[in-house]
Amino acid sequence: MIYQDSRTLLAVRDLRASVNGIEILKGMNLTVRSGEVHAIMGPNGSGKSTFAKVLAGHPSYAVSGGEVLFDGSDLLGLAAEARARAGVFLGFQYPIEIPGVANSQFLRLAYNTIQAERGEDELDPLEFDDLVREKMKSLEMNPEFLARSVNEGFSGGEKKRNEILQMALLEPKLAILDETDSGLDIDALRIVAGGVNQLSGKDNAIVLVTHYQRLLNYIVPDYVHVMEAGRILKTGGKELALELEARGYDWVAADSKANASLSA
Amino acid sequence: MSTTLQHLVDQPYQHGFVTDIESDVAPKGLSEETIRLISAKKHEPGWLLELRLDAYRKWLTMDEPQWPNVKYPKIDFQSISYYSAPKPKKTLGSMDEVDPELLRTFEKLGVPMNERAKLAGVAVDVIFDSVSVATTYKAKLAEVGIIFCSISEAVRDHPELVRKYLGSVVPVGDNYYAALNSAVFTDGSFCFIPKGVKCPMDLSTYFRINTENSGQFERTLIVAEEGASVSYLEGCTAPKFDTNQLHAAVVELVALDNADIKYSTVQNWYAGDENGLGGIYNFVTKRGLCKGVNSRISWTQVETGSAITWKYPSCILRGENSVGEFYSVALTNHHQQADTGTKMVHLGKNTRSTIVSKGISAGRSNNSYRGLVRIAPTAAGARNYSQCDSMLIGEQCGANTFPYIQVSNPSAKVEHEASTSKIGEDQLFYFAQRGIGAEEAVSMIINGFCKDVFQQLPMEFAVEATKLLGLKLEGSVG
Repeated sequence: MIYQDSRTLLAVRDLRASVNGIEILKGMNLTVRSGEVHAIMGPNGSGKSTFAKVLAGHPSYAVSGGEVLFDGSDLLGLAAEARARAGVFLGFQYPIEIPGVANSQFLRLAYNTIQAERGEDELDPLEFDDLVREKMKSLEMNPEFLARSVNEGFSGGEKKRNEILQMALLEPKLAILDETDSGLDIDALRIVAGGVNQLSGKDNAIVLVTHYQRLLNYIVPDYVHVMEAGRILKTGGKELALELEARGYDWVAADSKANASLSA
Repeated sequence: MSTTLQHLVDQPYQHGFVTDIESDVAPKGLSEETIRLISAKKHEPGWLLELRLDAYRKWLTMDEPQWPNVKYPKIDFQSISYYSAPKPKKTLGSMDEVDPELLRTFEKLGVPMNERAKLAGVAVDVIFDSVSVATTYKAKLAEVGIIFCSISEAVRDHPELVRKYLGSVVPVGDNYYAALNSAVFTDGSFCFIPKGVKCPMDLSTYFRINTENSGQFERTLIVAEEGASVSYLEGCTAPKFDTNQLHAAVVELVALDNADIKYSTVQNWYAGDENGLGGIYNFVTKRGLCKGVNSRISWTQVETGSAITWKYPSCILRGENSVGEFYSVALTNHHQQADTGTKMVHLGKNTRSTIVSKGISAGRSNNSYRGLVRIAPTAAGARNYSQCDSMLIGEQCGANTFPYIQVSNPSAKVEHEASTSKIGEDQLFYFAQRGIGAEEAVSMIINGFCKDVFQQLPMEFAVEATKLLGLKLEGSVG
């Protein structure tokens, strides 16, 4: 939602980044203010997931230009864990399995790390158990997932729910959800969207990276951006998503070219 | 491999200092003369010299094993010194008489001795190069009839016991390195728990190799009589030298009816530098005989050091209903090579064995599990469960599993499970994205991976092992 007294949470200016020497982001610009929900759409290979990973600090991506301010401070100079502690959360497209590490143990360590950073109380295993069970209930997750190894043997939908559970526990200022809707059936989509909507508030913001419009039936975006070849080509309101659904992506690029030649 | 992982697995060796103590070192080289010299220096009885010479003659006819999955230049056995003892060699009555330089060494190593030993309730038999320097708690143990001393003292004071059991589990001609050890061993530990006695404390030996170019050939013999039980801890370190040092130990355990022996090792011999220069060749024969009914022998090992490890702590399950266990964590980094595992030989009826092996490879190291489960025709109702898991850290290391299963009794049940997993950049990034740093992440993953083995260690050792794995794998994160 757009608030009058919001502040700028994320300011991305002319961001360029590459992986294995190939430039993927070629001048990204994006401003996200507190309270807002943004959707980034675009065809495969347009750089959406790269953008999400670069913001989170994935070590395989090299930033070659531009700047990113998060809550007024430089983000790109921080290591991945420092970004997380500062309040940047990435919901993974493919959450990784960690055999041998109990989900409950992992969740509690992550939770206490963030709590410590905020100067708030850490929870012992029993207190944490109460908290996490309550959060799991709202996501309709079976508590047996606590005892299992992190994401190990989870179905695609279970992994995505586990991501949203982590988001609910960590209460980030900025949540970037990378294709959280892919691989979800309608019921799971509704539950996951419910979790996201619950978190969404005046002081934080959400960036949804998605292929499809259907997620946006459940989480209503304030802005929809279309990415193509490493930058944002077009920005509109939620109705843009419907237009994309109906017409595909090609016309956006064509329009953009036409505009470029007009202004030249 | 990324720089983050590179740093993580890059931790300098903590015990690489040399103690400046004058040593009494025998001239290099191996011959019957050397063996007679060792035996004479130690004032040994004739039967022991004969045992040594028998072993030496067998050794001369044997070939170095070629089957392990390790590579190293041929060892020149004539360039090794087979005897090295700290001077002065007079008998020591109390800790005050021990060379203070030596005590400082142990302090650096963090060996619990003196008051620390008493507070920790640990009796330590310290092997420095090859001579046992001090045995604490001997008197207290003697009250319940337990003998815990260096093997040299045992030969002197309890020759009948040593003669009865020495070489009874690992015969002098058992294998190349066991034969070498039997010929030239200079010291080690002896432990005897008489009938019905439960040893009131954990017994501990700390091995350390100090002299460059000296091989360490220590010999350990533990006997638990009917109904007796003991938990024995062994820790190992060595200073840094650019040359390789040979360590060829033999450990023999004997458990009579209803006896229980638990043998735990945390091995941190110097592994060589990050380019593979120097380090210990750890070629060790460890074997336990469950001689009596319902007896149990349990090996737990955490192997983190040595340039090359060649070691298969084994159990011969002869007594009916006897139990053999092997719990192992083997970690290799840089250019380390490990070929380690166990043998469970089921001879008696209803014998049971459990094998849990966890191999962790990092750097350019190579880590192999090699295990034999043999069920003899006589072992009706025998059961074995084996689990062999490997974890790879980075892209340049290797892990192998070589299980050998020979079943000659149709009523036996044998299960084998194996898995391979990997700590990669993406796993660490996942932790990082939740605010958790790489060191903590690796430690959490490794501890989760090794949990089943760490649970078997006595508590202080479990803490030490956890820290040691941390030291080996964690470092400045860059």
